[in-house]
Amino acid sequence: MADGLILDRLAVTRHGAPLVALDRVIPPGAVLTVMGPSGVGKSTLLAAITGTLAPGFACTGRVVLNGRDITAAPPHTRRVGILFQDDLLFPHLSVGENLAFGLRGGGDRAARRARIAAALAEVGLDGFAGRDPATLSGGQKARVALMRMLLSDPAALLLDEAFSGLDADRRARMRTLVFDRAHALGLPVLMVTHDHADADAAGGDVIDLRPGGA
Amino acid sequence: MAQAGWLRALPALTLLAMLGPVAAGLAGTVLPAFGHMPGIGAQGPSLAPFVALLAWPGLGAAVWTSVFTGLMATVLSLGAVVLITAGWWGTRPFHWFERALSPLLAVPHAAAAFGLAFLIAPSGWLARLASPALTGWARPPDWLIVHDPWGLSLVAGLVAKEVPFLLLMTLAALAQADVARSLRVAQALGHGRIAAWLFCVFPRVYAQTRLAVFVVLVFGMTVVDVALILGPSTPPPLAVQILRWMGDPDLSQRMTAAAGALVQLALVLGALAAWIGLERLVARAGCLWIMAGLRGRGGSAARAAGLGLGAASALAVLGGLACLAVWSVAGFWGFPDPLPAFAGLTNWARYGPGLWDATADTVLVAGAAVGLAVLLVLGCLEAEHRSGRALRTRGLWLIYLPLLVPQIAFLPGLQTLLLQIGADTGVAPVIAAHLVFVLPYVFLSLGDPWRAWDTRHARVAAALGAAPGAVFWRVRLPMLLRPVLTAAAVGFAVSVGQYLPTLLIGGGRVATLTTEAVALAAGGDRRAIGVHGIAQTAAALLPFAIAIALPAIVWRKRRGLHG
Repeated sequence: MADGLILDRLAVTRHGAPLVALDRVIPPGAVLTVMGPSGVGKSTLLAAITGTLAPGFACTGRVVLNGRDITAAPPHTRRVGILFQDDLLFPHLSVGENLAFGLRGGGDRAARRARIAAALAEVGLDGFAGRDPATLSGGQKARVALMRMLLSDPAALLLDEAFSGLDADRRARMRTLVFDRAHALGLPVLMVTHDHADADAAGGDVIDLRPGGA
Repeated sequence: MAQAGWLRALPALTLLAMLGPVAAGLAGTVLPAFGHMPGIGAQGPSLAPFVALLAWPGLGAAVWTSVFTGLMATVLSLGAVVLITAGWWGTRPFHWFERALSPLLAVPHAAAAFGLAFLIAPSGWLARLASPALTGWARPPDWLIVHDPWGLSLVAGLVAKEVPFLLLMTLAALAQADVARSLRVAQALGHGRIAAWLFCVFPRVYAQTRLAVFVVLVFGMTVVDVALILGPSTPPPLAVQILRWMGDPDLSQRMTAAAGALVQLALVLGALAAWIGLERLVARAGCLWIMAGLRGRGGSAARAAGLGLGAASALAVLGGLACLAVWSVAGFWGFPDPLPAFAGLTNWARYGPGLWDATADTVLVAGAAVGLAVLLVLGCLEAEHRSGRALRTRGLWLIYLPLLVPQIAFLPGLQTLLLQIGADTGVAPVIAAHLVFVLPYVFLSLGDPWRAWDTRHARVAAALGAAPGAVFWRVRLPMLLRPVLTAAAVGFAVSVGQYLPTLLIGGGRVATLTTEAVALAAGGDRRAIGVHGIAQTAAALLPFAIAIALPAIVWRKRRGLHG
């Protein structure tokens, strides 16, 4: 079974001491939820998959995405999308330019512009391309961040407390939006959260990490 | 990853650019100091230069002035900054100081010194404003205020410029200390505001600003341009005398100068050691005070003193600048008149051509040095980011090192060395010499905001497929445009203010606004000095205006970048 995100005995150490470990397969379109108290290494686990571990951390095992071993690949070639609690839109770029940053190269200007406009329309943000991200509401920013990430054509999706910054109402809608799109695109999703409602909405397996390694 | 290769070499290259000239200059000082100067036929080693130095009758007074002015300037400016922050942090007057800080810092030392001289001289602005109503003077009194033998004017000129510098470094340190809560706890325990600050906040802040205090001490002991303008002249401070020997037509005097430079270096090291001893004593006394359970008194007097010292230092610089500006457009100005006859731009027209050449040299040297410095510092910070290895305390010492070795101790040696190996003096060596002093300030200015950037932006950009180079150019650099330009402006102001490197390494062929202005000190033509002082200040201040205006224009539609 080559498709999906395979975490093959993935283990992260900090200065040589074991921190967190996971051995799982996330099939395309499925969601794996990782829960646990803060400091247990949930975000570190995601950093190991995106290839952005901080100095002092190291990982063993393999990360295989759709049959490609990306354990040692540079972060920008992994095609692993990630959403954080904060939208992290680039403040110096317009909404449209933020999306263009994510959109893979190719296609002429008009075609790229059309794709960006369509992406915005999909999430109810028609005509927002020229806007300054700082003028958007929290929910609008979250949707732009999601579309920016999807336009980069990722093969897997990581969510790092991605819904924690939103109020209850927006949160439920954003969750539905993200999980629907991931399912439609057949993306394996790994979600880190401390909110059981997130886990329930995801509907997939839930892992509870305990301090000192799972 | 071909890029990563040369990027990894940048920190070493930066260190070389910063410390290479210092090391070479010190080496070039040691040899002539011990009588070895093959260029003029002197074969060492011998102690003759030290014998000549000791034979100079002014040595004792010159050494005393150097030590006295340096220590006084450091104690007073540190004391003022401590009292201002302890008494006024978080209040409205404190915010005024904060706002006035950047322009005060950017004013070149020489311009500030000239301004102060024009204010406090017997025929200066203060005397004119007070005469004859308060003083009854119809003619300026015959007092030696500027160039006083104790060096008190020199101390005042140094304090006026060092208070903003130390205040800036303190503010940077305060940003990392949990000040408000510490103060609340200490005050709840019954300590007054000042005492609470001294016992709870000051030790943490001082630990972080200590190197800057050392820089102030070294600078105060060894400064040349300010001493030429305000300091005693017979005998002058040691640093000024070394420069005189360097300019002596009798080339063998350069060996005396080198010996003097080594003595100056030893004095500085001794003063630093004494200062470190003083730190220990103060710390012991503080602990004893805390153990004794004493509560501070006299808080309001200390607060008043802090405000007075801060306001006086700011007004000395700003009032001095105003005085320079008035002199630059002054026609006839009889003594007790508070204002001169307005001469329009006559003075500016008279000095215009020379001023233009000096401005061109100033901008060329500063622009090149700042361009190189910003490139090197950005490269170092990016290498640090990619390798994930942050600068440690030891690295910070290395950055401060060029500022802790007195210029007068190694620049004469560097000049001698350049002459001996047949390298030409001129613009390129001057740029390299300026780079030594510009680099540390650009590094210190840019380091904190650069590292404070949320690196999750880099993770997101990488996840979107951006390679490290694209993250740097398309995300981090544009987002940090403002601090980069500010650091460049700081570097520019530092370069504009350099006197000794331009004079000694330029071999008289590079004339900047600063060397031209200081050269006028002996002549005493106040209109010429006014014109040059204002031009020099404008050259240092203008880049700050650009650093504020440019991001505001470029990012006018991006509210997220107007923090």
